[in-house]
Amino acid sequence: MKYIEEFRNDTYAKEVADRITQAADPSREYKFMEFCGGHTHAIYRYGIPSLLPSNVQMVHGPGCPVCVLPMARVDHAIALAHQPNVIFCSYGDMLRVPGSRKNSLLKAKAEGADVRMVYSIDDALRLAKENSDKEVIFFSIGFETTTPPSAAAVLQADREGIKNFSIFCNHVLTPPALKAILEIRDEKGDCGVSLNGFVGPAHVSVVIGSNAYLSASLDYKKPIVIAGFEPLDVLHAILMLIQQVNEERYEVENQYTRAVTPEGNQKAQAMMHEVFELASSFEWRGLGWIPSSALCLKEKYADYDASIKFKVEVLTQPENTGCECGAILRGMKRPNECKLFGKVCNPENPIGACMVSSEGACAAFYTYGRHQEK
Amino acid sequence: MKEIENVETQSPRHPRESGESLPRHPRESGDPENKSTTLDSRLRGNDESSGNDESSGNDESSGNDESSGNDESSGDDGRGGHDQQINLTHGGGGRAMARLIDSLFLKAFDNEWLSQKNDQACFSVEKGRMVMSTDGHVISPLFFPGGDIGSLSVHGTVNDVAMSGAKPLYLSASFILEEGFSIKDLEKIVKSMANAAKQAGVAIVTGDTKVVEKGKGDGIFITTTGVGVVPENVFISGDLAKPGDAVLVNGFIGDHGIAVMSHREGLTFHTALQSDSASLNGLVQTMVNAVPSIHCLRDPTRGGLATTLNEFASQSHVGFVIDEKKIPIREAVLSACELLGLDPLYVANEGKLIAICPEKEAQKLLSAMQAHELGKDAAIIGTVIEDPNRFVQLKTKFGGSRVVDWLTGEQLPRIC
Ligand code: SF4
Repeated sequence: MKYIEEFRNDTYAKEVADRITQAADPSREYKFMEFCGGHTHAIYRYGIPSLLPSNVQMVHGPGCPVCVLPMARVDHAIALAHQPNVIFCSYGDMLRVPGSRKNSLLKAKAEGADVRMVYSIDDALRLAKENSDKEVIFFSIGFETTTPPSAAAVLQADREGIKNFSIFCNHVLTPPALKAILEIRDEKGDCGVSLNGFVGPAHVSVVIGSNAYLSASLDYKKPIVIAGFEPLDVLHAILMLIQQVNEERYEVENQYTRAVTPEGNQKAQAMMHEVFELASSFEWRGLGWIPSSALCLKEKYADYDASIKFKVEVLTQPENTGCECGAILRGMKRPNECKLFGKVCNPENPIGACMVSSEGACAAFYTYGRHQEK
Repeated sequence: MKEIENVETQSPRHPRESGESLPRHPRESGDPENKSTTLDSRLRGNDESSGNDESSGNDESSGNDESSGNDESSGDDGRGGHDQQINLTHGGGGRAMARLIDSLFLKAFDNEWLSQKNDQACFSVEKGRMVMSTDGHVISPLFFPGGDIGSLSVHGTVNDVAMSGAKPLYLSASFILEEGFSIKDLEKIVKSMANAAKQAGVAIVTGDTKVVEKGKGDGIFITTTGVGVVPENVFISGDLAKPGDAVLVNGFIGDHGIAVMSHREGLTFHTALQSDSASLNGLVQTMVNAVPSIHCLRDPTRGGLATTLNEFASQSHVGFVIDEKKIPIREAVLSACELLGLDPLYVANEGKLIAICPEKEAQKLLSAMQAHELGKDAAIIGTVIEDPNRFVQLKTKFGGSRVVDWLTGEQLPRIC
């Protein structure tokens, strides 16, 4: 804890904030996207916007695993949970995400489905061992951080012959999503929502390494600075981005050197490659279908794939038209620009996924940032 | 994306993967640290004479345990085992019930009103305004480091009465027992209530017991109601906070919630933390004597500091600016919250109070609190401001500013 507190120290924060103010050229605007929901959360929780000069603006990215799942996937999960003899395990955040017809896993649970909140995939695997007469399904979601544990669990199930365990796989990849954001053109035809650079993921980068972003940075001429999740990390990364912009550089820089290497965690990557392969295409909320942007289980491990094991009918409806989650995940709108924000939609009664997860931009802004609403 | 720093060891930050076999029950810990608790020593400081160790210490108090030599009889939730159990006749109004009441409740609570064996207690009260409060208590696990459902049911209601500035006088207690509940555990709980009541200087003067069929309860529920009298010059209420007032807290927040969580099924992790469960009426009396013009008092139990401040904000139509740096939070609570993705401002307390008083009285109140055993770590943590939006703002340790909102749903550990 002592170590962590160093990264939340206000003396250092003030120093970096002062340097940002000095570095930021008052005659121009800086617009950076923090890709990860973890950063969005940290930015609001520690009140970072109040430390930045007015011409430095942070835009929230799509890096919230709960937020980017389209309604169809939520509906699919709910259908799986309703299968007879199934124990459906999920992280807590996912339980409240609205699906079609105001359904949710929480509602499915109230209707009698055996839905359990777990803290990790290991809990689900343990449940499978303890309930050999039941089918245990784990709702696997997340970027590259949660993928290695999923791979490890599948390998363990395979090794130990645990046949009543499967995962509903929704593991998505960061670099393709980053590029998809950069492909978005605004009215003037400019790429990348006129962003000047990115604060790159923390834990994801521990796994995939900083080299994974090289092509995005080069191809689109955007600086990317990988940062840890502590507030001082974020502030420091913002300073590094401003310096790159001022010097007209576009490089991948690593602020989070205490955890991230250029190559990443190769052992974890090997485990992922053993179990998963690229899905040809995957639908993201807000970003639409992106080719090669998600993982699915290899045929060898198809027995652990809940979407193959259980044939269910999934009836999906279009998303609520008033909800701007899509535009927010693309970085084109801010939460308080949504008509429903705070009025119809709040954490108690979330209309879109961005209001559910603590990493969602709407929830983070609602919970921590409303007093600065302009 | 918070969980995994080092994939090789798979989420090393997760408590259950530490490989330690952890004590599920405070009495099984065998850890001498656990007994020399701040709470116990605090209580002892108040009342040297009473051996108030049953709840956290050994288990020699109950003599009807021939079948099991040691303490195996109570499981995780304090139920089950080989000893005698509650059955439906215990709530049926017949001889079994009379015996239970005589042998257990009358003996433990021992006071003139209860021993009259009437269906009500008749007492006269001092002059002043009367206060009344009631609270139902359900908690899992029933026994936790630093207390149990028995002591909690006394502290909770005594505190609710005391937060009006009143001197709590009498309590009633209503028990709903589930068929099959261990009589030995019941004894322990009742004794713990008796101790807590004695230390708070209140009498449990009337009560009721009902037994429900197995499966229709969760072991034991206890509802207590308290009455007290407020001194004449004291007017304390949640709607009286004024812009400019100072906000004080009597000590470290979050201990209770984390101590209980650490022993809850599915979330066991190791911590030496003890619940802060305690009766605060003594402290309140000291405070009211020093500064009769206190505007608001409340114990931030479920929902924690954040919830209490939001309640005050909406009752008094004001806002708050709280300085995170000044809030007393133990290192162990911060670490556990970090691990579980919780915010300590929302974690429950059972021996804490928030006080709001005029700015010019703040130092005087602080010194009075700090002179009391249960307020020695007290601090001034913020101020009341004018704000039509009634936001509770936090000046973060990091130097930024954010809102501390009402809690939504349960606090859930973060995903990743
Ligand atoms: S405020 Fe609610 S409805 Fe609006 S974009 Fe956010 S989640 Fe969707």
